[in-house]
Amino acid sequence: MTIATVTGKPGEPVVATKNYLTEEGVTLRSWLLTKDHKRIAILYTLSITVFFFVGGAAATLIRLNLVTPAGIFTPDIYNRLFTLHGIIMVWFFLIPSIPNTMGNFLIPLMIGAKDLAFPRLNLLSWYLYVGAGLLALFAILVGGVDTGWTFYTPFSSMYSNGYVVLALAAVFAVGFSSILTGLNFIVTTHRLRAPGMTWYRLPVFVWSNYATSVIMVLATPVLAITLALVAVERLLRVGIFDPALGGDPLLFQHLFWFYSHPAVYIMILPGFGVISEIVPCFARKPLFGYKFVVWSSITIAVIGFFVWAHHMFVAGISLYAGLVFSLLSYVIAVPSAIKVFNWTATLHKGWISFDAPMLYALGFIGLFTIGGLTGLFVANLAFDVHVTDTYFVVAHFHYIMVGGMVSAYFGGLHYWWPKITGRLYPEWWARIAALLIFFGFNLTFFPQFILGYLGMERRYYAYPPEFQFWNILSSAGASILAVGYALPLFYLGWSLVRGKRAGANPWAATGLEWQTSSPPPTHNFDKTPTVTRPPYQYRPEAEPQDA
Amino acid sequence: MPEAPANPMPEPQYATMEQQADTAAFGMWVFLATEILFFGGMLLAYTWLRASYPEGVAEAGRHTRIVIGSVNTLVLLTSSFTMAWAVHAAEHEQRRALVRLLAVTALLGLLFLGLKGYEYHTEWTEHLVPGLNFHEESAHAQAIELFYFLYFLLTGIHGIHVTIGIGLIVVMAVRARRGAFSSRYYTPVEVTGLYWHFVDIVWIFLYPLIYLVGRSGP
Repeated sequence: MTIATVTGKPGEPVVATKNYLTEEGVTLRSWLLTKDHKRIAILYTLSITVFFFVGGAAATLIRLNLVTPAGIFTPDIYNRLFTLHGIIMVWFFLIPSIPNTMGNFLIPLMIGAKDLAFPRLNLLSWYLYVGAGLLALFAILVGGVDTGWTFYTPFSSMYSNGYVVLALAAVFAVGFSSILTGLNFIVTTHRLRAPGMTWYRLPVFVWSNYATSVIMVLATPVLAITLALVAVERLLRVGIFDPALGGDPLLFQHLFWFYSHPAVYIMILPGFGVISEIVPCFARKPLFGYKFVVWSSITIAVIGFFVWAHHMFVAGISLYAGLVFSLLSYVIAVPSAIKVFNWTATLHKGWISFDAPMLYALGFIGLFTIGGLTGLFVANLAFDVHVTDTYFVVAHFHYIMVGGMVSAYFGGLHYWWPKITGRLYPEWWARIAALLIFFGFNLTFFPQFILGYLGMERRYYAYPPEFQFWNILSSAGASILAVGYALPLFYLGWSLVRGKRAGANPWAATGLEWQTSSPPPTHNFDKTPTVTRPPYQYRPEAEPQDA
Repeated sequence: MPEAPANPMPEPQYATMEQQADTAAFGMWVFLATEILFFGGMLLAYTWLRASYPEGVAEAGRHTRIVIGSVNTLVLLTSSFTMAWAVHAAEHEQRRALVRLLAVTALLGLLFLGLKGYEYHTEWTEHLVPGLNFHEESAHAQAIELFYFLYFLLTGIHGIHVTIGIGLIVVMAVRARRGAFSSRYYTPVEVTGLYWHFVDIVWIFLYPLIYLVGRSGP
């Protein structure tokens, strides 16, 4: 590395005396009023962990209910459970997951900046998120919202009981939280790069979050206004989505998916970024085809806006529209495949080590590939008619979002844990958890492909007895998955107190974030770094220093 | 209340005041991109309505108050002019002109809201408010109700934006009076100006869609 500031000598862990965890004080007030992007990232991490386990608890109960064909809970309870699971996991975990935690923490570090461009907006975004999250929990738990996360009209606007308007308000508010984050990231990436940090020297993680931010800024407002229209329709009994009032429910679906399909890419692009950091580091090789990986992110962000109606093939759109959206959905698979090929090529002849982050990354590549390929199945008009609203679709998007994004989230969390906390996590436990998650995940969701293909519909509390075998496998997998997700709580928590001190750069990784001490000081760098090289300048012979 | 000449330091993440100012303006542009899509969703709904019920929308369009709408267009365009002038005054440190121009801009905004409120009042008395007191004998009553639903939504949300804009402009005027700005530092005025022009441009699209298209044709 020829980057100007290097704190901490190689091979010698340095305990940073001045770091962001203590520098501004350790009172609750100093945390709740902080403008430091790293502290806000911690606030986000703590709060999304809570929501992850709330959504996970709902998923556990769903899988418990489906152990028997007759179901265990009443239909009403079951409907509320999958609504809780969907709303919490989509808007309060997946969408903010990597951008608001690692993105917040790392983007300024990776580009050599002292903070995000608008620190107050950043804090406001967290408060909006927490407020909206509590409101959503209240609306669903107390108000019994049962619309599913999609809020389809006219059910949501006219017939559903429960506090639907409150739930809509919560999602509306969390949307603004995500818009503010996206805006902040875009502006920061444009304006606050260190000297020499050209666009093609940016780590792919930054590019991915940039592409994500563009989607957040351009798609989320459409969701906001759509949900506002549903709320008004529900309150005033006049509106444009209810056919009884002269409206059109298809219009709702178009508007909803105009946000929610790009949102699928909000839920996976940051994961691509994490994997693109981990794979070169643990293969000790530069990322293969850097520019292709970068531009495939941007391409996905752009084409992602033009595939939404593939969610509506059986909803009554014209065959012509169906053909166009089907074709575009095939097209968007190309940039996604480019990334998979590039990661694989990076591994080729690499000097691979199987530390926990790499296990998650390898898991990601496999699971994302299955999720992506089954995405091509459902992009096919004829096949989609057969599997629409079945467990095939459920399995497909869980392979992307859970197998993909959640794996990337855990991979990134382990990879940057030493940087964030200044401590090393226990490697053995981390590998066990990664393997449990991988096997638990496949056991949970692979049977659902079969169930869906055989015709089991999603969102029913009961099912014909011939489906029970696969459902039991799936529920058994879910229990393994639950253990895998709970384990990190314990060993990562333990490492905060007892973990070995990490040096500035325990993985011998490139990238500016590893050039400052662990945990970094409040303003990240003692002296603004100057960048003279592209990212990922790994040499196979360079060994990790103290990992 | 004169203060020392404004010569503030940039926030820690910026190297210079110039960088901070350009970044703030860029942030506002990105925010406006969000806003465009926010209105875009409603305009798609409008497009759907017109395609589905062309005759009903045309009839509803002829109910609208074209005189008030046209005067309001003039009022807002004039306010954009005074806002642009205010930014120019800020750039050249003409403090008194800046304060006055901001005040005129805010007053024009209030005039717009007043006229809009009067328009709403007449629509209320004519039973054109969907969901609350809508009554219409026409064969296209349902389409007319939907048109007015979107009309109130679009102009209502636009009105909220105007109100926020007026608030920002008043804050700018107060700060300008206290001498918070100089030729080196007038970013808040500039960014407020950007926002205000956006609010005007939205109206430029709403005006023909609401008041004019229904009156075109035979």
